[in-house]
Amino acid sequence: MPSPKPVFSRRIDSVRLVFGTMTGLALIVLVLPTVVILATSFTSSESLQFPPQGYSLRWYRELLDADQMRQAAWNSLVLAFWTMLLSSVLGTAAALGLSGAKPRWTRAADMLFMSPLVLPALAFGFAALVFLYGVGLRPGLALLVLGHTVVCVPFVIRTTLAALSQVDPALRDASRSLGAGQWRTFRKVTLPLIAKGVGAGAFLAFMSSFDNVPVSLFLADERTEVLPIHLWQQISSNLDVRVASASGVIVLSTLVLMLLAERFLGLTRQLGR
Amino acid sequence: MRIPENRLALPLAALFAVCFVAPLLVLLALSLQAGSEAQGLSLSRISFAHYRDFFADGFNDRILAQTLLLGFKVTAVCLLFGFPVAWIAARARGGWQSTLVLLIVLPILTSVVVRTFSWIVILGRHGIVNQLLQWLGLTGDPVNLLFTETGVVIVLAQVQMPLMVLPIMTVLSKLDPNLLDASRALGAGPWRTLRQVVVPLAAPGILAGCILTYAASVTAFVTQTLIGGARLVYMPLRIYQEAMGANNWPYAAAISIVFMIAVLAVIAIAGKIGNLTRSRAHA
Repeated sequence: MPSPKPVFSRRIDSVRLVFGTMTGLALIVLVLPTVVILATSFTSSESLQFPPQGYSLRWYRELLDADQMRQAAWNSLVLAFWTMLLSSVLGTAAALGLSGAKPRWTRAADMLFMSPLVLPALAFGFAALVFLYGVGLRPGLALLVLGHTVVCVPFVIRTTLAALSQVDPALRDASRSLGAGQWRTFRKVTLPLIAKGVGAGAFLAFMSSFDNVPVSLFLADERTEVLPIHLWQQISSNLDVRVASASGVIVLSTLVLMLLAERFLGLTRQLGR
Repeated sequence: MRIPENRLALPLAALFAVCFVAPLLVLLALSLQAGSEAQGLSLSRISFAHYRDFFADGFNDRILAQTLLLGFKVTAVCLLFGFPVAWIAARARGGWQSTLVLLIVLPILTSVVVRTFSWIVILGRHGIVNQLLQWLGLTGDPVNLLFTETGVVIVLAQVQMPLMVLPIMTVLSKLDPNLLDASRALGAGPWRTLRQVVVPLAAPGILAGCILTYAASVTAFVTQTLIGGARLVYMPLRIYQEAMGANNWPYAAAISIVFMIAVLAVIAIAGKIGNLTRSRAHA
């Protein structure tokens, strides 16, 4: 078989030139906010300017006294953790079910489970609130987890289905014919093969729950105030500079988590499938 | 005990029935109730009054149109830049490709509130964009980009770009390189190959990217409110105002239903157009 080399040759044609330039521009714009927020968070002055006039850790120290913000961050972490757990278990099971079911059912169920990605999330958040009051419940952490799971589980299903499609069915058949039960086959054969896909989905579910506003906006109250809502309120009322240092912490932790996910789960490969 | 494999989707289906489908049905029922208070549902009070009120007010019609249009603008910008990015990323090799994809997904993993906040610093009167424009001599006075629709489109395009790039990249990386060779060997230039071979084959990815970007932009409450400010009102803020500000739940429910149907209609039409072009490409 001839190698596909010629296509990937370094020949500069006009497509490559135009696309390369646009990609360069797009990448600058994609990365710019991250750089700006990191630099700004180290400012020594009272105003938010880029580039800052002087650098200091002042606003990071101030974070230590921001009790409300820290409580909100803790709430968000707990919420994102439970959402990730529930989404991973239910999502993986559903993906296994979808991959083994009849095509007609798979299409319908897949559409249902993916619809939170395209339906206006804010309308769903409000619907959830109306429904809770209708059946006589009051918002709380457990209900927030359920609401978040609905909008975060699509990520787990997507990455797990993509991973499952790469698994040779013969392996599962072989395991069964060698006498392993269904659960044992899943644990010893299927799960190790799809673990990275599930992991990438769980990671995305965690991040997207931590970042969720439309559902939390309606289901969170004073006791369960979450970080994105708290920050949103801070930004829209007064530009508290502590928002910048809190943003700095979020950006840095995101970077670290993303690199860990890339190292251990092959995040970019999971997303490119 | 042996569980048939297709039953494994049942727990999630149950969760969706109770926590997703049921709330939406209750929302629909509430929107059809007369009066401005949520006082339980009753068949005797069914009316379309809230829908009539909504459409009778020209202010609301404009907001709906503006929101749907905002989605188109953002999707167009994302497609214009997202396709080249996906093309370059799909053809990059090993380590380069991972780096590119990480740069592309970094924005979507970073909290949307944080990203929007950063744009406030960038677009503000003393932000870098204004510094650059003044330095280039393009403008004397600072240009107001915050609280304008242009600003909202720029920020949303940055925020949602990964949603456009990833699906397109996925189809492009599965493209058989021999097809491009064949096209070139038959004498087609690079642009013609792109137009007649690559784009038709990438259509499913382009369609998926457009739908995800559109859906995410029209409902992007945080970015719309922080960059758009109080004067630029889009549908999500309108729902929020009626639900939490005015406490008029049935009316807010009607607005939510109108919004959902409008967005789903746009997506359905996009899907139809996508199917048509695909069947033509195969013909």
